Amino acid sequence: MSDALTRALATRDWLLADGATGTNLFNMGLMSGDAPEFWNETEPDKIRSLYRGAVEAGSDLFLTNSFGANASRLKLHDAGHRAYALSKLAAELGREIADASGREVIVAGSVGPTGEIMGAAGTLGHERAVEMFEETAKGLMDGGADVLWVETISSPEEYRAAAEAFGNIDAPWCGTMSFDTAGRTMMGVTSSDMVQMVESLPNPPIAFGANCGVGASDLLRTVLGFAAQGTDRPIIAKGNAGIPKYVDGHIHYDGTPDLMAEYAVLARDCGARIIGGCCGTMPVHLKAMRAALETRPKGPRPTLDQITAALGGFSSASDGTGADAGEGRERRSRRRRA
Amino acid sequence: MSDEDDIILSELDDEELVLQMMDDLYDGLKPEIEESVRILLDRGWEPYRVLTEPLVGGMTIVGKDFRDGILFVPEVLLAANAMKAGMAILKPLLVETGAPRMGSMVIGTVKGDIHDIGKNLVSMMMEGAGFEVIDLGINNAVENYLNAMEQHKPDILGMSALLTTTMPYMKVVIDTMIAQGIRDDYIVLVGGAPLNEEFGRAIGADAYCRDAAVAVETAKQFIARKHNQMAAG
Repeated sequence: MSDALTRALATRDWLLADGATGTNLFNMGLMSGDAPEFWNETEPDKIRSLYRGAVEAGSDLFLTNSFGANASRLKLHDAGHRAYALSKLAAELGREIADASGREVIVAGSVGPTGEIMGAAGTLGHERAVEMFEETAKGLMDGGADVLWVETISSPEEYRAAAEAFGNIDAPWCGTMSFDTAGRTMMGVTSSDMVQMVESLPNPPIAFGANCGVGASDLLRTVLGFAAQGTDRPIIAKGNAGIPKYVDGHIHYDGTPDLMAEYAVLARDCGARIIGGCCGTMPVHLKAMRAALETRPKGPRPTLDQITAALGGFSSASDGTGADAGEGRERRSRRRRA
Repeated sequence: MSDEDDIILSELDDEELVLQMMDDLYDGLKPEIEESVRILLDRGWEPYRVLTEPLVGGMTIVGKDFRDGILFVPEVLLAANAMKAGMAILKPLLVETGAPRMGSMVIGTVKGDIHDIGKNLVSMMMEGAGFEVIDLGINNAVENYLNAMEQHKPDILGMSALLTTTMPYMKVVIDTMIAQGIRDDYIVLVGGAPLNEEFGRAIGADAYCRDAAVAVETAKQFIARKHNQMAAG
């Protein structure tokens, strides 16, 4: 028996995902510092309205309000024990909106990073990470999510831990990383590194890709990097609506609906099949993206120059892949390794 | 372990050893750094010279390669840990010998923001550059910053935010400092993924720092300027 996302991908060339969660909730009055996940319980109508905004704008898939619903993040709000419950509520509200939409809309259970560092220099071990991800994942699936969706990940260790947790409960999943540092993730992962890691997992995701990061241009360069690896696995592109600007005490993203429409069409040309926005992407952007994807034909894969001409420059000269990958420092002597 | 071309640190002359320490810092080799620091002290080096030449010198290379996208967070964390281990040996000796101070910084992630990876990196790189760092951790209300500044009298106040929803709080802190007439007593540096120079200017910070390496460079420049002004005044 296949899941809703696999079924949708079998019949559709592209799917429109959703936009921002944080930016939308902030506009609804979420205060700096409050955990958005508490609203699943205290302000369910606002969360319904968040989900409905994406659905009514034409999204085929939306993420639940559970990005920070893991024990490590909730602990900072004295709610470390509530990861399962808040995740379940997030998915239940999502299920309700999706089922009432009158069409096939996929509820993707958002799983965000723990916020802790894993690996050699880190403080969070693999087993504890798996345990935390599993708790969130169970809540989302029990609440009625169609698929799990880990996002904004920087370290390969954390991505693998999430994959293992999802495997433990036999759940279908997707996963994106955030490439925000010279074309790589904060932990140095390149687009080609990610493809290799994804394909080496015992339970690979249905789709993988990039979200957030710097601007729409950088995100598409990353998507081209995925596609260059010749992967058959569907690619996800969820870029920010431009760059945040500070205007009259508020944060405003400078990406217009027209720019995001251009981005959506280019993302498809780059090889992405699941296309959405991230921070700053509002329903008005999603509508423009949907219209562009429906009315404009798929074109050839764009060059980097075509991307920058349409969407603006890159944040770094190289993205760490291919022939122009950054060279390591020339060492003065042989390495002394213990 | 005893590879044929293994280097015996104690057999290197001073110049070779300093270069080796820079390599070892780059590779994040903590026990080797500790051993080398002790060797140099045994050879009669001033603690301050051990701090500045191999350690701060080595971390400057790490910082540059981090800035240039050659090294990434995991490598920098390992290097900083090795640096810290060397510093731990030197710290009491530096106090004893009355070595000059680079400067000090109070740093914290602003109220509502619980992200600390970037801030921790800045703390470590600043310590690596010889600064004294008072780290207030995450989720700091304006009172936390004010109390810490009152108590520690730092040269620099550093604020960090990862969320677009929390970055405006930096302005709250700066406005409060202005209201209390203490704004100009401190160098205010801000940083975090969603920020940019324009934002730094808009809220009245002295500078926005793109990453930890830039934070160190900027801090050094402002401290030097401050010293020059004091000398001129």
